Amino acid sequence: MTEQDALFEYCLRLGDNSLVLGHRLSEWCGHGPILEEDIALANMSLDLIGQARGFLGYAAKIKGEGSDDDLAFKRDARQFRNCMLVEHPNGDFAMTMVRSFFYSAIAYLHFKNLARTKDATISGLAEKSLKEVTYHLRHCSDWIIRLGDGTEESHERTQNALEELWNYTNELFETDEVDETLIKQNLAIDLKLLRKEWDDIINKVLEEATLKRPDDSRFMSKGGINGIHTEHLGFLLAEMQFLPRAYPDTKW
Amino acid sequence: MKTSANPHIHTSTQQIWNILQTIPDPEVPAISIVELGVVRNVEIKDADSIKVQITPTYSGCPALKTMEEDVKEKLRQHGFTNIEIETIYKPAWTTDWLSESTKQKLKDYGIAPPQKLTIEHLIPIGKKNVDPLACPFCESKNTALTSQFGSTACKALYFCHNCHQPFEHFKCH
Repeated sequence: MTEQDALFEYCLRLGDNSLVLGHRLSEWCGHGPILEEDIALANMSLDLIGQARGFLGYAAKIKGEGSDDDLAFKRDARQFRNCMLVEHPNGDFAMTMVRSFFYSAIAYLHFKNLARTKDATISGLAEKSLKEVTYHLRHCSDWIIRLGDGTEESHERTQNALEELWNYTNELFETDEVDETLIKQNLAIDLKLLRKEWDDIINKVLEEATLKRPDDSRFMSKGGINGIHTEHLGFLLAEMQFLPRAYPDTKW
Repeated sequence: MKTSANPHIHTSTQQIWNILQTIPDPEVPAISIVELGVVRNVEIKDADSIKVQITPTYSGCPALKTMEEDVKEKLRQHGFTNIEIETIYKPAWTTDWLSESTKQKLKDYGIAPPQKLTIEHLIPIGKKNVDPLACPFCESKNTALTSQFGSTACKALYFCHNCHQPFEHFKCH
């Protein structure tokens, strides 16, 4: 695998994670439990879609063809490189917060380290994105604590969300030859090395939230980085991609 | 500095900065896009060509596109026909680029300006050890955070328990 091919794939992974989670959060717009939270979810969505534009735009540039929009709207599910966690449906508010909590924690650690790598565009995008996901992580962890240490119902719903989404946490640290090619050149971060810090963040928040960390020995999904996805991604793309596919190059 | 046959064309970069200084931020019109720190570099290439580098405040800031259009429109009015706008990401935008006078303009506009960015502002979990924010209307520090996310990506919502006024804070970033 050439360095250029690996860099393209790496940018797709970063961009697709942001894009898919950003789209999921945008589905809350107008449905938030309170006005402030509706605004917060839309803000986080906007940050993520902005990050996706940066990474997908750079991927297109590396490839030498197409644009950020082409990559977002003209690929099918098997060509998406996001982790399965972010495509999981919103569920209730607890599910949405747990999903963003898990993702923000790894994104925070990933971007923090990526900001020191060699490629000027990737490290620049990482430096910018880091500040944003720091806010997301703080927001989500505050909610996990409020919900977990809240009423009997909020505690139960949050624990259920942890159990349902735990299967998708192992793949946050999945790597393959794309990563290996780039790590050697100081162009990427070894996600496996971030596991302990991620665990520390999760454990600390769950403890304060009086929630139980799910059992690690259960079945764990993997393969998102190679285009293996749950059935949910296809439905998400059908909605997200409808307009540009039905009316190519339309302007409004 | 270059000279031009066309007397309407401003030719020094300082003059360009002065022109851009008159473009208000689309969402916080009390300050200009130069004061906000979005304009990073200006390069006059020849009599009618110019390149302007801008950086987003937040990755998804929808105002960036408007700012781009505003810059193009303003420079067109000053005789430039070939205008290139380049978006750059490094160094990442920070509220530390806002000068004291810019912060005062925000305050006069009713927005609590950002404090100096410290490591405490950027810790993702646990308690933050930062000074309480002063209300831009009554100066009281008896204020509380309502939400970290406000009407635009760059602002948070606060409430003043002294004058009972909700207000916005330009987040430390």
